[in-house]
Amino acid sequence: MRVVNKPIRKKDAMMLVTGKPVYTQDIAPKDCLVVKLLRSPHANAFIEDINTTIAMKVPGIECVLTYKDIPQKRFTMAGQSYPEPSPYDHLILDKHLRCCGDPVAIVAGENEKAVDRALKLIKVKYDVREPLLDFTKAKDNEILVHPEEDFKALCDVGADNKRNLCSTGNFSYGDVNAEFEKCAHIVERTYHTKANSQAMMETFRTYTHMDLYGRLNIVSSTQVPFHVRRILANALDIPKSQIRVIKPRIGGGFGAKQSVVSEVFPAVVTIKTGKPAMMIFSRSESMTNGSPRHEMQIRVKVGSDENGVIKAIDMYTLSNAGAYGEHGPTTVGLTGHKSMSLYAGANAYNFDYDVVYTNTMGGGAYRGYGATQGIFALESAVNELALKLNMDPVKLREKNMTAEGQVMESYYGELCASCALDRCMEKAKEMIGWDEKYPCKDMGNGKVRSVGVAMAMQGSGISNVDVGAVEIKLNDDGFYTLMIGASDMGTGCDTILAQMAAECLECDIDNIIVNGVDTDQSPYDTGSYASSTTYITGMAVVKTCEKIRQQILAEGARLLKTEVENVDFDGQKVYTLDNSSSVTLSEIGYSSYVAGGGCITASESNFSPVSPPPFMVGMVELEIDKLTGQVEIIDYVAVVDCGTVVNTNLARVQTEGGIAQGIGMALYEDIQYTKEGRMINNSFMQYKIPTRLDVGKIRVEFESSYEPTGPFGAKSIGEIVINTPSPAISNAICNATGLIMTELPMTAEKIAMGILENEKN
Amino acid sequence: MEIKVKINGKVYQDNIDADMLLLDYVRSKGCYSAKRGCETANCGLCTVWLEGKPVLSCSVLAMKANNKEVTTLEGLEEEAKEFGAFLADEGAEQCGFCSPGFIMNVLAMKNELENPTEEEIKEYLSGNLCRCTGYMGQLRAIKKYLEQKSKGE
Ligand code: FES
Ligand code: FES
Repeated sequence: MRVVNKPIRKKDAMMLVTGKPVYTQDIAPKDCLVVKLLRSPHANAFIEDINTTIAMKVPGIECVLTYKDIPQKRFTMAGQSYPEPSPYDHLILDKHLRCCGDPVAIVAGENEKAVDRALKLIKVKYDVREPLLDFTKAKDNEILVHPEEDFKALCDVGADNKRNLCSTGNFSYGDVNAEFEKCAHIVERTYHTKANSQAMMETFRTYTHMDLYGRLNIVSSTQVPFHVRRILANALDIPKSQIRVIKPRIGGGFGAKQSVVSEVFPAVVTIKTGKPAMMIFSRSESMTNGSPRHEMQIRVKVGSDENGVIKAIDMYTLSNAGAYGEHGPTTVGLTGHKSMSLYAGANAYNFDYDVVYTNTMGGGAYRGYGATQGIFALESAVNELALKLNMDPVKLREKNMTAEGQVMESYYGELCASCALDRCMEKAKEMIGWDEKYPCKDMGNGKVRSVGVAMAMQGSGISNVDVGAVEIKLNDDGFYTLMIGASDMGTGCDTILAQMAAECLECDIDNIIVNGVDTDQSPYDTGSYASSTTYITGMAVVKTCEKIRQQILAEGARLLKTEVENVDFDGQKVYTLDNSSSVTLSEIGYSSYVAGGGCITASESNFSPVSPPPFMVGMVELEIDKLTGQVEIIDYVAVVDCGTVVNTNLARVQTEGGIAQGIGMALYEDIQYTKEGRMINNSFMQYKIPTRLDVGKIRVEFESSYEPTGPFGAKSIGEIVINTPSPAISNAICNATGLIMTELPMTAEKIAMGILENEKN
Repeated sequence: MEIKVKINGKVYQDNIDADMLLLDYVRSKGCYSAKRGCETANCGLCTVWLEGKPVLSCSVLAMKANNKEVTTLEGLEEEAKEFGAFLADEGAEQCGFCSPGFIMNVLAMKNELENPTEEEIKEYLSGNLCRCTGYMGQLRAIKKYLEQKSKGE
């Protein structure tokens, strides 16, 4: 391959590194109204009375909107294909405030100072109720988060608002109880993972204006432009044809921007005033009212025979949806399906789940999407099983890991058509020096060095749901335009898709110009989430290229005055098979622009009946201070099987970035609330994300399998890479101290207390 | 209040509010490379140079720049391209939102430290957060860039 599997520079790289104005706020018109929200100070309250008269009098204020001014049509902010699995439980402004920071009023004005002043002058009388904050007590609690009658679930996800249930369900294969009875060793334990903030560097932001056709234009930092169009039309109760969504460059998303968090507010203002409006979430707002990872409690039971062959896995996940059900019913599914399927050889699986409403911030999509939490739980249990068996946890995995050709019953019965997990393990072991370093080494200065291991998987798109399409046009002079509907959010999909097109069309990557996303122009794509773009949209590129190639051949043959069977195309020219004559792509491009020649353009969409999992192994070497519990990451080794690597640089950086985020999740990231339900750590001062001093050394290698259904054999990489740090670090902590960590984050305090406790006993 | 500031070689004279931040001031002059990433002086996205030294422009009042010289990435186009090319070749600008502030600091570091060790590099840049890349690609780019610089000079 010439272009695929190469470290190609990102097409937008030089513009980004020279600081060009390419993000939402940089390109917004200067006369945008500033939009801000009055947010609820209470976790559970009703607005009894709201008076905006004085606020409206502040000079420069354009409008102050309350629930009385806004369509009362329930929707979900979750960017998912219609009909969305997430219940319709959201209003733009609601009388019932279900978490701290829920919007009470929208204020728009000429400048920030006026808006800030007006916010202070809105008078609200709240009927404050007791909040429901403990998600383990939420099911059937007498406090109802969604008592409203117009609560609605479009899909059968087991939602019941009168029981605080956002979703409930079960999956079962074989008879787990019968299998457990035969097991020689069983580990059963409950794990607790916390809510995490994606903390993308660019917070949520959107600007809106009316275009010359009188349509609402929305320019937003979003992963899901087409879903934004549909969701807003629904929420604002206007026809979809009246909305256009444009995605500029995005300063990171990681799933956060798979929910419609900031878009509705300036949109309402522009509709009401006809004026351009912009909303920039502050960091603190992004933290307190974003779309974080769901907090979960996961009980795992895993059993093996006397040799360590895993026979049965049983899991129960309780997920905290928070105040709203965005992505609640779907994230929870991954906790089971995308963890248990690492061990496809078991005879029986069972997985039950409940997703409950509470008066904390509503959850959303965060890289890994439930698989991260499930894998932490199951991999931790497998590590404990190894301990019970007195077996090296690597060896236990080598005995049980899913292999190519196996049917994964817990993964929707899919065949594992590509898997290099065994090679990943082999390579990781060698890179970190597992055999020499396992389990630990006392450094003699109060510190212990140890190693830990975990495996992970994810999916590649949502099978039978996700759709990706591209359009390719041949222009005069023979360059191509690749129209993309998927959102490049820094992940580089514009470049990756262009690489594939250049490979198929046998041209230089510079000969492909890319364009995306504008819902008026781009072909439909569900959006950039669920690790779908490379796999789903990539295949659309391959298909489209085949089609446009046919058109180029036909036009070439016409110009050469022969039949299409007599010609071939080498990327530069169409030539007769006897090499007697040829016409260049440039000439074909020109002729297609003149009467007689046809317009050369093609568009194909793609979906997949399967979602082939990428696999990986993560191994960590760390050092623990036994006195303080402080963990220092020394070395992190990740070996990934994402099928064919399309862009070796971008895949590596994705992996390094995912590992770093995973380290933050494992060791300190933790959204915390006061007992009134107010978020405590709503800034980077308190909610620490890893700095470059915290991540040690991260080393990445690829062991590729070949996925027959993927473009050039590729699978996905975006999400899987966040899944190994928590369980691998937990394993290393155990190997150093004997502690079984059941709750994230594994802070120094918890470790130090655990060590003390151990010494007492 | 009245201020006179030189930004990227051009002199501006303005009447500003006393509480205006340097970050908002340079952005109002079209220097969009400087970004806001937080309210607590923790992210480094807003890094610019004041009299040639890196500062967090979110935490400096615009009036503090009175009669002084401010440099943003727009004023270092050539250097940005030169180092940026190394970043681009590692794919280490993912979303790119942190890149301008980070690059301002890398260029300041290059001027300030001679042959910095890996630890010194990490220390110097520890205030520049990046949520996308895990920092490794940035480090590779810096090392290659410094290596070329030391060869060339
Ligand atoms: S904006 Fe975060 S440090 Fe200045
Ligand atoms: S590249 Fe996205 S934050 Fe650094």
